[in-house]
Amino acid sequence: MTVSGLAGSDETTLVAQARQSDATAFSELVRRYENKIFRLALHITQNREDAEDVLQETFLKAYEHLDQFQGNSKFYTWIVRIGVNQALMKLRRRKTDKTVSMDEQFDTGEDTLVREIAAWDEDPEERFSRDELGRILDAAIQGLEPLYRSVFVLRDIEDLSTEETAQALDLSIPAVKSRLLRARLQLREKLTRHFKRKGDNAFAYL
Amino acid sequence: MLTCKDFLRELSDYLDENLGGEARTQLEQHIAACPNCWVIADTTKKTIRVYKGTYPIPPEVEARLMQALERKTAAKEPK
Repeated sequence: MTVSGLAGSDETTLVAQARQSDATAFSELVRRYENKIFRLALHITQNREDAEDVLQETFLKAYEHLDQFQGNSKFYTWIVRIGVNQALMKLRRRKTDKTVSMDEQFDTGEDTLVREIAAWDEDPEERFSRDELGRILDAAIQGLEPLYRSVFVLRDIEDLSTEETAQALDLSIPAVKSRLLRARLQLREKLTRHFKRKGDNAFAYL
Repeated sequence: MLTCKDFLRELSDYLDENLGGEARTQLEQHIAACPNCWVIADTTKKTIRVYKGTYPIPPEVEARLMQALERKTAAKEPK
């Protein structure tokens, strides 16, 4: 059967076939999730070369350990978990992640994460070219501590549920929630510098 | 009456629409009365939105992935 012939196949069937060393079935699973894994690897590692390595390592590892996939979670959650682990490992190995030491202030309450309050335009991203916007978004997310970044990427970019994110990162649900809130607020703060409405400042609201 | 601190604590659940009934009404009342929290909610919502764009995998990256998998699966092929 060709890969395209499997496009409509049920995931459980594909996994079962892949476990029988059916390479075509596994290729279809890869095709379904490669974009998501590459994107999350790119966001977490912030490096294109590392993201490609993570992508390959993730699917090779998954193929190798398919027999360990229990089937009590979704295949996607399982593969995301492998991907996130590979990406975080890559970061640790590189040890050039300059953000790690910068975020000690995270231990304080949420209210300290809001410093600047200024309204944005309706579509602030339209003020920037695609490249400029990409650089702004990358720089902001790069400033987050890796675990906060991972939570944000899984919840808000990849649209995993809180439960799935908790599973993928081995965190409790309250830990996912508090990291997500802090990641969102920190990004908001960083983006405000670029996106605030011209001539606006906090005092207009006080 | 909800304080700004209470509002901030519930912000994620509010934006994710996980809150219903009384809790949601209270937050909405707070936002309507507090311009600062309105701005925080609005800009946080936009923060999430601007990150939602898609980055498709570049074709050459996909090709290398498929090659690596082919090598792997060939080695594991049932005899």
